[in-house]
Amino acid sequence: MISAAEIRRIAALANLELTPEEVAKFAHELSDILDFFSALQEVNTEGVEPTAQITGLKNITGADTKEDCACSEALLNSAPNPIQKDQIAVKAVFEE
Amino acid sequence: MPISALLSAYRNGTKTATAEITERLVTITKREPELGAFLTVRKEQALNEGKNIDAAQDFSKPLAGIPGAIKDIICTAGERTTAASKILENFVPPYDATVVKKLKAAGYISLGKTNCDEFANGSSTEYSAFQQTKNPQDLTLVPGGSSGGSAAAVASGECVFALGTDTGGSIRQPANFCGVVGLKVTYGRVSRFGVMSYASSFDTVGTFTQSVEDAALVLEVIAGQDEKDSTTLAAPVPKYSATLQQDIAGKKVGLPKEYIDADGLDPKMRKVVINAAEVLKKKGAQIVEISLPLTKYAIPTYYLLVKAEASTNFARYDGIRFGHKTKDSGDLQDMYRKTRAEGFGPEIKRAIMMGTYTLSAGYYDAYYLKAAKVRTLITEEYRKAFEEVDVMLAPVSPMLPFKFGEKSDPLQMYLADIFTVPANIAGICGIAVPTEKIGHLRTGVQLLGPQLGEEKILNFAWHLEQAFQE
Repeated sequence: MISAAEIRRIAALANLELTPEEVAKFAHELSDILDFFSALQEVNTEGVEPTAQITGLKNITGADTKEDCACSEALLNSAPNPIQKDQIAVKAVFEE
Repeated sequence: MPISALLSAYRNGTKTATAEITERLVTITKREPELGAFLTVRKEQALNEGKNIDAAQDFSKPLAGIPGAIKDIICTAGERTTAASKILENFVPPYDATVVKKLKAAGYISLGKTNCDEFANGSSTEYSAFQQTKNPQDLTLVPGGSSGGSAAAVASGECVFALGTDTGGSIRQPANFCGVVGLKVTYGRVSRFGVMSYASSFDTVGTFTQSVEDAALVLEVIAGQDEKDSTTLAAPVPKYSATLQQDIAGKKVGLPKEYIDADGLDPKMRKVVINAAEVLKKKGAQIVEISLPLTKYAIPTYYLLVKAEASTNFARYDGIRFGHKTKDSGDLQDMYRKTRAEGFGPEIKRAIMMGTYTLSAGYYDAYYLKAAKVRTLITEEYRKAFEEVDVMLAPVSPMLPFKFGEKSDPLQMYLADIFTVPANIAGICGIAVPTEKIGHLRTGVQLLGPQLGEEKILNFAWHLEQAFQE
């Protein structure tokens, strides 16, 4: 059974604030779900490579050329934050 | 009316686009109060576009004046796109998704954006943050999900075709629940540029239509390599509508016993698959029993991987560049945590929690990495099976459409996807085609094909459709 402390730790990693009810709910649900999924351990995967790309594509590149997207203003206007000198103003990352 | 018939009517002057759009808008006005398929309806714009195309008298494009609808997880420039989430409630994309750009170039007219489960996470559309969508076949039942709005819009006659996404069955299952054709393409066959991501190695964009031919016609327009989506395939796009009627005599249809004999499969649904097999046999195809022993591991493999990928994809919703931002917060981290708590619904929070947990140090190997390895094995199992058979025939859903609130346990909701997720794990194509009725509900089957096997599944689907129309 996943503990409430563990749920809080994971939520912090994911930058998600949870109510105490949600913490209890997820502890329960995740435990149930992951218990059910533990059947996967039965499968012999020795020497098997994990799949990341399902159609076998590799190294698809694009030309490194400058193009005007013609949408800078629209992109900046999407931000729910003040715009200063074409930049999105945010709260400080570092404290003094 | 099928797309080809509508185009003919436009071209020989027996119908105007304005009349067609007007009729569809009347249907929308009449049915939306009970159906809730649309989140946004383009009334004025669609009518104007209809009038413009009538004035220009040019119906040469492949989807000229054909009314369609777009799942609200696909970006439409200048038009609100929400992914059915509060975190994007007022988001207006500054660009069109590639598929929308292609549809516009083909002359289609959009009637609006359809409802879905939040960020495509769900199998009933009940997880939409905004409204419920009801099954046009029976208003007490769910339309399926996550593309329930698109399925309901086509099934009710509100539009001729709609786009959806299929990450674990989100086109095929609602198509099956609503009684329409739903096409899941090979991974990479259709561009995902401008489509809000759920699970990047599983997401596909596909179609809802009333007929197999219409699915082929829309696919011809939206398929193809896109420099903006590096996961798209370079393979040329064939004229899918040209090979629908090919003879299937002598071809092999696999019946996977782990699907047909599955414990949870409703016996009535099983009979529907057997009946479809009989039809294909009568047309000269050979029915072959095949075994896919890893089928029982498909759900854990799928859900461990998609929720992990989803948790990563949802990290971008942080109140900085777009979307909702909390009003009052302390420092930056507090802002992130409150913004996301306010903006995300319960299934998205669940996805983030599960994904973050299974990707975290100490758990990554046992969960994520293990699932990624089993994925390799499942993919190989399907690849080998397609060396023996041309297509596979299978049920789409273990159960008939269920009632609202019936699958309140998240794990029960996940288990509803048991027959659809394998195709997404293996990146192969599949099509849900309606066949017969069980009571008052039209249901059907799915055909699965190998990667880039769209022509095969469309061909077999066409034959099934013909037989059950007679």
